[in-house]
Amino acid sequence: MSQTDLYTLVGSALFVIGLYALMTRPHLLHKVLALNISSSGVFFVLVGIARRVGGPVPDPLPHAMVLTGIVVTVSSTAFALALAKRIYTETGTAALDAADVDVGESLGG
Amino acid sequence: MAEWIARQLPALVVLVPFTAAPLAYLLGTGFGRQIALISALLSQPLAILLAVTVVREGELRYEVGGWGGPLGIDLVVDGFTAVMVLVTTVVGLFVTVYALGYFGNRERYRFFWPLWLFLWGSLHALFLSGDIFNLYVCLELVSMSAVALVGLTLRREALVAAMRYMLAAILGSLFYLLGVALIYGAFGSVDMQTLREVVRSDTTGQAALALMTVGLVLKTALFPLHFWLPPAHSNAPSPVSAVLSALVVKGSFYILVRLWVDVAEPMAFPGVSTVLGVLGSTAIIWGSIQAFRQQRLKMLVAYSTVAQIGYLFLLFPLVTGGGQAAADAWMGGIFHAVSHALAKSAMFLAAGTVLARFGHDRIDGLGGLSRRAPVTAMAFGLAGVTMMGLPPSGGFVAKWQMIRASIESGEWWWAAVVVTGGLLAAAYVFRVVGPFFGREVDDLDDADLNAGPSPWTMESAALVLAIGALVLGIVGQPLLDLIMVSAPALVAGVTP
Repeated sequence: MSQTDLYTLVGSALFVIGLYALMTRPHLLHKVLALNISSSGVFFVLVGIARRVGGPVPDPLPHAMVLTGIVVTVSSTAFALALAKRIYTETGTAALDAADVDVGESLGG
Repeated sequence: MAEWIARQLPALVVLVPFTAAPLAYLLGTGFGRQIALISALLSQPLAILLAVTVVREGELRYEVGGWGGPLGIDLVVDGFTAVMVLVTTVVGLFVTVYALGYFGNRERYRFFWPLWLFLWGSLHALFLSGDIFNLYVCLELVSMSAVALVGLTLRREALVAAMRYMLAAILGSLFYLLGVALIYGAFGSVDMQTLREVVRSDTTGQAALALMTVGLVLKTALFPLHFWLPPAHSNAPSPVSAVLSALVVKGSFYILVRLWVDVAEPMAFPGVSTVLGVLGSTAIIWGSIQAFRQQRLKMLVAYSTVAQIGYLFLLFPLVTGGGQAAADAWMGGIFHAVSHALAKSAMFLAAGTVLARFGHDRIDGLGGLSRRAPVTAMAFGLAGVTMMGLPPSGGFVAKWQMIRASIESGEWWWAAVVVTGGLLAAAYVFRVVGPFFGREVDDLDDADLNAGPSPWTMESAALVLAIGALVLGIVGQPLLDLIMVSAPALVAGVTP
C-alpha cells in the first residue's frame, strides 16, 4: 500500500466518522465538531494526493487547496459557533429540535 | 476607456459588488443603502454588455492577474454563464429597490447591505469560475452570506433555520470538495476545459462525480434532501427569501449542469441522469402537494420552490441522448431557471409586503387582499401564471421546450410529469389567489406597528418582476439564442 492510498483511506474514514456524528449527535457543538472532523478527512486526502508524484518535491497545488480549505473551514466554524451561541441565548438549548432540550441544558451552561 | 472596460468586463462584473460590500459595511447604515443601490445600477450595463459581447464574440476567457492556468484563476463566460449573470443582476436590482423600502434606515438591519452585496458578488464569481476548485470557494462564499442573511432578524425560528441551513450547506460543500480532490488525484487538473478531455468513467471518476453530485443535490435542495429549504426560505426576511429561492439554489444547480453536461460525458455514466430525473419528478409532485397543504403564505411559496427545482432536474435525462432533444432540453431547463427566478422573487416580495403590512401571512386570513393591496395581489397572481406555465409566460416556453424534448427523445413520461406539475401548481396558486380577489375577511387589518400602505417601491418591484416573468415568453427568443452560444458539445450538435 502506498503512502497516498493510506492517506486516502484514513481521510475517507475521518470523513465518514464526522458524517455519522453530524447525523446522530443532537448538540450543536458536536455537530460543528463533526463537520470539522469531516473536513480534516478531506484535507488528509488532498495532502496524500500531493505525494502522488514521484521525486523529492510533492505537488504544491493540493497543498494550496488545503490552505484555502483551512481558511474556509476556520471562518465557517467561527460563524457556526457564533450562531450556536446565539441560539443557546435565545432558546436556552443548543440543539435544533426542542425535543433535544435536555442535551442543551446539560452541556450548554 | 471603452476598450479597457470591454477587456476587463468579466472581472468588473465580479469586482463591482465585491468592492461595494466592504464599503457598505464600513460606512454604516445610511451609506450602505446608497452603495448597494449604486452597485446594483452599475451592474446592469456590465451584465448586458457581457451578454452582448458573448453573443458577438463567443466564449470569453479572462486570466485573473495575468497568471493563467494551472496556477492562476481563469474566468470563463459562455452563453449559460451570461444568462445566469444577467438574471442575477436584474433580480438583484429589484430586490435591492424593494429592500430599501422594506428595511428602511433601521439600525438593526444594517448588515443586510454588505451581506447582500457579498452574496451577489459570490454568485457572479461562481457563474464565471472556470475551474472546479474555485467553484468550491464560491459555493462556500454564497452559503456563508446566505446563512447570515437568513438569521438576520435574530428571531428564534430564523436562527434555528439558519443553523440547519448552514450544517446542510457545509456538508454539501465537503462532499463536493472530496470529489474535487479525487478528480485532481486521478486526472491531474481542476480546470474544466482540460477535464473535458481527460475525465473517464473509471472507478475514481465515478466515485468523484457521485460525491460531488450528492453534495450539490443537497445544496440545491432536490427531493429528498430538501428538508432544510422550507424553514430557511420562509423564515428569512422576505427580500432574502426572494434571493435564496430565485438565485442561490440555482448556483449549485449551475455547477451540476456544468459537471454533467459540459465536463463529463453523461452517456458514460448510465443511470445517473435517470435517477436525477426521477428525483426531480418526485420533487415536482411532492413539493406541489406540500405547497397546497400549507397554512402560511411564505411556507407555500417555499414548498413551491421545492417543486419548481424538480423541473430543473428534468434537464439531465432529456439532454443525455444528444441531438435536437438535447438542445431543446438545454434551452428549456435554463429558461426555466430564468423564468422561475423572476416569478419566485416576485412571489416572495409580494408575500413580504403582505407580512409587513398586515402582520401575518395566514392564507385563510388574506381574503379580499386585492381591495386593500391591489398591486401586491396582482403581482402574486401574475407570478402564479408563470408557475402554472400558462402562455404567454416564461414558464410556458420553458415547459414547452421540455415537452418537445421528451417527445423528440421518445421518453414521453417526462412530458406527463411536466403537465401534471402544471396542474398541481394551478391548484396551489388558485388556493391563494382565489380568496385574494374574493370576499374580504376580518383578519385583514393593518398591523398596528406600521399601519398604512407599503412604500410604492416595494409593491412595484414585485409587480415589475412578475410582469417580467410573464412577458419573457413573448420576448424570450434572444435569450434562447444567448443560452445556445458556445453551448456544450452534447447539446450544440443541432441548433434550431
